[in-house]
Amino acid sequence: MSFINLREKIVQIKIVYYGPGRGGKTTNLEYINRKFNKQIQSEMVSLKTHGDRTLFFDFLPFDMGKIKGYEMKIQLYTVPGQVKYNATRKLVLKGVDGIVFVADAQEQMREKNIRSLNQLYENLQTYKQSIFKIPLVLQFNKVDLRNQGIPILPTSVLKKDMNSKLKVPSFEASALTGYNVPETLKKIISSTVVSIQKKLL
Amino acid sequence: MNYGVVSQEQLEKIDEILTEKLIKIGVDCVIIIDMAGNIITAKDNGTSKYDVYSFAALAAGNFATVDAMAKLVGEEEFSLLFHKGTDCNIHFSKIDDELLLISMFGKDISLGFLRLNVVETIEQIKKLWARD
Repeated sequence: MSFINLREKIVQIKIVYYGPGRGGKTTNLEYINRKFNKQIQSEMVSLKTHGDRTLFFDFLPFDMGKIKGYEMKIQLYTVPGQVKYNATRKLVLKGVDGIVFVADAQEQMREKNIRSLNQLYENLQTYKQSIFKIPLVLQFNKVDLRNQGIPILPTSVLKKDMNSKLKVPSFEASALTGYNVPETLKKIISSTVVSIQKKLL
Repeated sequence: MNYGVVSQEQLEKIDEILTEKLIKIGVDCVIIIDMAGNIITAKDNGTSKYDVYSFAALAAGNFATVDAMAKLVGEEEFSLLFHKGTDCNIHFSKIDDELLLISMFGKDISLGFLRLNVVETIEQIKKLWARD
């Protein structure tokens, strides 16, 4: 749930990057942190294990400027992707306003993507939120690996797997090179802001 | 009570309470956050500058973790937390199911005195909401 401070005219919006382990959620945030450093006043916070896997979450506050006189503070979070950390994933989803689902486009990850998306559906239900109603953007990450001869699922297959019912905006992307990372971010911010406006009006 | 939007008047009254009860006794910084990690309000003594947004995100995560641990040992909740440092200490106290009061303070205040004031602060804030 977004929080609106009427006195200081600040809107805080929580956007969570969700998806299977080693899918590139943290890499998305790291790219945003490098690319938009002017809009980011504080350090990115990462709670990770010694092996550089996300343990709890990453956090990146992002200033988007003003809409109708209100300062938009976007709070970007990631969840830990590893299967065993579902309790933590649920905690991070509390009060979420918008979600980017980062899928791994490698052929061998097909099943893990679908499982993770199903779990997102269940986790949102525990907060009485519906995956069909919350602002959501799909990102098919790692398409750059195609050039290295690694088998990548065609976007049509990924869409059929994950987006045939959801019908949400989707992007092919490469979090490592930044391809479509800003586009994904812009899309989720705009969908989320529109949804918050609708709720308030 | 609607946490999504807190009225200007409510916020001003909360700030008054925080200043009167906590900042004036020497607390460096007080933040009220919700369990999702949003900042409801933050007050400091003018000299301490903390990155309150990151702090709120971490504090909400921290409290949620401790809450989950409480359930594992059969407790309903651990309603307060205290972290002790050399120069700075942090005290967390639950206001209700959705809100958390966080105080950062140095060596000059005793924990007992702070806790008494935190309890009074929370009572006053709750009254404020009950009235509205």
